[in-house]
Amino acid sequence: MSGITSLTDKDRIFTNVYGFQSPWLKEAQARGDWDDTAKLMQLGQDAIIEIVKESGLRGRGGAGFPTGVKWGFMPKEPTPGRPNFLVINADESEPGSCKDREIIRHDPHKLIEGALLSSFAMRARAAYIYIRGEYIQEAIAMQRAIDEAYEAGLLGKNAAGSGYDFDLFLHRGAGAYICGEETAMLESLEGKKGQPRLKPPFPAGAGLYGCPTTVNNVESIAVVPTILRRGAAWFKSFGRENNAGTKLFQISGHVEKPCVVEEAMSIPFRELIEKHCGGITGGWDNLLAVIPGGSSVPLVPAKDIMDCPMDFDGLKDQGSGLGTAAVIVMDKSTDIVKAISRISYFYKHESCGQCTPCREGTGWMWRTMEKLREGDAEIGTIDRLLDVTKQVEGHTICALGDAAAWPIQGLIRHFRPEIERRIAERGDRLEAAE
Amino acid sequence: MANRHFAADTPELRAQWGEFAWDEISLAAAEKILAKYPAGRQASACLPFLDLAQRQVGRMTDTQGWLPIPVIEFVARELSMPVVRVMEVASFYTMYNLVPVGKYHVQVCGTTPCMLRGAESIIAACQARGMKKGATTDDGMFTLTEVECMGTCANAPMFQINDDNYEDLTPESAGAILDALAAGQEPKTGSQVGRVSSEPEGGPTTLKKMAERNYDYRGQW
Repeated sequence: MSGITSLTDKDRIFTNVYGFQSPWLKEAQARGDWDDTAKLMQLGQDAIIEIVKESGLRGRGGAGFPTGVKWGFMPKEPTPGRPNFLVINADESEPGSCKDREIIRHDPHKLIEGALLSSFAMRARAAYIYIRGEYIQEAIAMQRAIDEAYEAGLLGKNAAGSGYDFDLFLHRGAGAYICGEETAMLESLEGKKGQPRLKPPFPAGAGLYGCPTTVNNVESIAVVPTILRRGAAWFKSFGRENNAGTKLFQISGHVEKPCVVEEAMSIPFRELIEKHCGGITGGWDNLLAVIPGGSSVPLVPAKDIMDCPMDFDGLKDQGSGLGTAAVIVMDKSTDIVKAISRISYFYKHESCGQCTPCREGTGWMWRTMEKLREGDAEIGTIDRLLDVTKQVEGHTICALGDAAAWPIQGLIRHFRPEIERRIAERGDRLEAAE
Repeated sequence: MANRHFAADTPELRAQWGEFAWDEISLAAAEKILAKYPAGRQASACLPFLDLAQRQVGRMTDTQGWLPIPVIEFVARELSMPVVRVMEVASFYTMYNLVPVGKYHVQVCGTTPCMLRGAESIIAACQARGMKKGATTDDGMFTLTEVECMGTCANAPMFQINDDNYEDLTPESAGAILDALAAGQEPKTGSQVGRVSSEPEGGPTTLKKMAERNYDYRGQW
């Protein structure tokens, strides 16, 4: 079965994504937010989880785990001393990603209403939004939206007249990519260094303050009210089987007009770029490669990405991933080794230092990448680097080690001749100089 | 996370900051922050309290602010936390300045999406005005830092100066912003090429009705 892969405005969820109109309560309500939320809650907690499962919604933070299934892991009857918590991941820090920011500052009431509905379904009486520290104006906007929701009785006791008591708090980070990892986020929320926890126990068993916790991405939560209003079948009608829904794509790099845009899942890459980004700089023949899901996924060369459906499975088939749908486009003017080396520097900078393979490996991999950039290496260095990436990958508590390894693996897989050329050229130059 | 060191704990530092306590602005904010966390979980306020303290130091020194060790000790006392726990938080998170910074902290994003669109030329524009990475200008006006992805990739390149973003920069517009700040003006924040936010330059390809009025699409459902 192939679903709709091109979206029209009536089916866009984030209608104020660009902030052309006011983000505040009155105008948000006029667009349909908070429209009889209590009635949606009368569906019942388990029915809401079922609808979200049925909708095919997969987590929008990168991993793509089915959201409704995740909710199902939460205890149905929390014990008095151990309440359930929802933590909303607004730590958007994956290079290329800039979508949650637009929800937070322009459509915050979709997130707040989603927080109430999701928390209700999961039997959580309180939720925290963990927003990255650098989103300063965004945090101010989010807090203002929360405050006006409290004043209007949409949060707090008898939230939105539903009979359900629910509190929502905003918590600011302070500059650490790793806090986007769910257990590092919980550590940080508890006032500690953001170093990931060993799993198990999983957060649904022991999360924030040792209580059952679900961590969901901003976009995953903010689409929930619309899914409940329009039905699982509506959401599922977009995208290919197993890749349902609408999605905020973020296109950066070498396109004529970088932008954030909500499209149907599975939209072909070429259509996404032509429709919304004014094409590739210098035309399609000038496309070199694309990092389709944020810096941690392997790059895909031009010929393989052009007609690729932009969804979880389509990009997995290319040896990459949809991630957060942060599409970093690189044209032929790009020094591809340098572009990936800069990503290696990022992971070196952001390694939390807890696991040795990552702490030491990210630095080593970056230094080696810098040598390869200059051609200051031997052919065997490429193989040693590849070998080291495999030793880091899968040998750390969290996925940062994997995230540091994959971009380099992608580079070597697709651009090995380019790296070898640099090594040979430098050798020739040195020889000529002698 | 490497290369982050606390300013030396000297008698002069103690003399200057040993009596640090919340001012009225911080006190009001601190109460609101503490109310967000369950009883007995006040350590959760560690990050926001350090931010609050840094901001107050900023007000006291007319800079972005930083965290002298006596101020960190104050935060530890307020939260009944061991000082070392607060110190490790302060050194772990990059937004805490461990040494003094200038009036304006120019943080240029250098990660790949910004690099592809000219971040290096933005850093060069800063350097052309006498700034050096990791240092403060002699007049105390600017500190330059190359930072990692700031999450505004569709509006690259960008820098964040204190609490505001300046996006879609060119070396020229970046220079003009720095000159304006140096002259005590308030340059326009956000996109420097006339975009409202992250819509395609020149106007949105979707949701065009929203550009005109607060449109309710439910009638078409």
